[in-house]
Amino acid sequence: MTPPLSWIVGFGRFWYHFIIGDDWTMAVAVAIGLVVTAVLNARGILAWWLIPLIVIAMLGISLRRASQHR
Amino acid sequence: MSVVVAVLLTTFLASAVEAIEMVTIVVGVGATRGWRSTLIGAASGFAVLAVVVVVAGAALQAVPIGALRLIVGALLLVFGLQWFRKGIMRVAARGLAGMSEMEFDAAERWQKPGLDWTAFVLSFKGVVLEGLEVAFIVVSFGANANQLGVAAIGGIAAVVIVGGVGLAVHHVVNRIPRSLLQLVVGVMLTTFGTFWAIEGLGISWPASDGAILILLVLYAATGAIYITLERRRQLGFSSGKAA
Repeated sequence: MTPPLSWIVGFGRFWYHFIIGDDWTMAVAVAIGLVVTAVLNARGILAWWLIPLIVIAMLGISLRRASQHR
Repeated sequence: MSVVVAVLLTTFLASAVEAIEMVTIVVGVGATRGWRSTLIGAASGFAVLAVVVVVAGAALQAVPIGALRLIVGALLLVFGLQWFRKGIMRVAARGLAGMSEMEFDAAERWQKPGLDWTAFVLSFKGVVLEGLEVAFIVVSFGANANQLGVAAIGGIAAVVIVGGVGLAVHHVVNRIPRSLLQLVVGVMLTTFGTFWAIEGLGISWPASDGAILILLVLYAATGAIYITLERRRQLGFSSGKAA
């Protein structure tokens, strides 16, 4: 791969691993959680608790899935 | 005189809180991934910060800190969660002694000649975001009290002193078993990420900055529970397959 293309591919790969990592479902759950939190906040509902809840739940789900695949 | 002391003390203490967050991220990432790229990231962050402060000056308060907090917080949160998860699996599998240094180094430490962009980005973002918050504190208190110079001294002193403490303890942090360190840094990045992302959405935490400590305790307790569950699973006490 020539330099400009390899840089773009490397840049994309870096951000993929940074954001997605080993389990894409955690990143998606966090993104959805932030959108839902913003929507609830816009409707006047305090939702600071939602992301911690998603973090705890998704960790458990992801760990269970990883242990079942081992 | 009393105004000068009050501005100095207030900006120092308020800036110290932000500086602790900044130094925690830099020391944690440096000890886990390696120091070279982490320190280059921190130095780059300070350089960008210096340019922003010099160019914007007192107009710094116009910077959209909410959007910045949301982006940096969300990125730290998704990345911190990955380390949190890996840390739980490794500590559950090998205990607090963790895996051997060589085994961990091959898996996590940057071995290549170039820059470790992961360490660079984490450190850079921590310094820029927290540094900007220190700058906001300095400008807010300094401008309101008409003591910008005194406020700047308070802010810079806080960063220098907390940074010095971080430098002094980094040898101790280096001695922590790698898998445990990854778990601890994962918990911290997840905590700061959660806090900043929610603040970035314009939502106030019930205990203000105290929410960071509450989140830290909550996530640490969660990690401890999941480590216990993972161990039970590996020993065949539950439906999950043994490792």
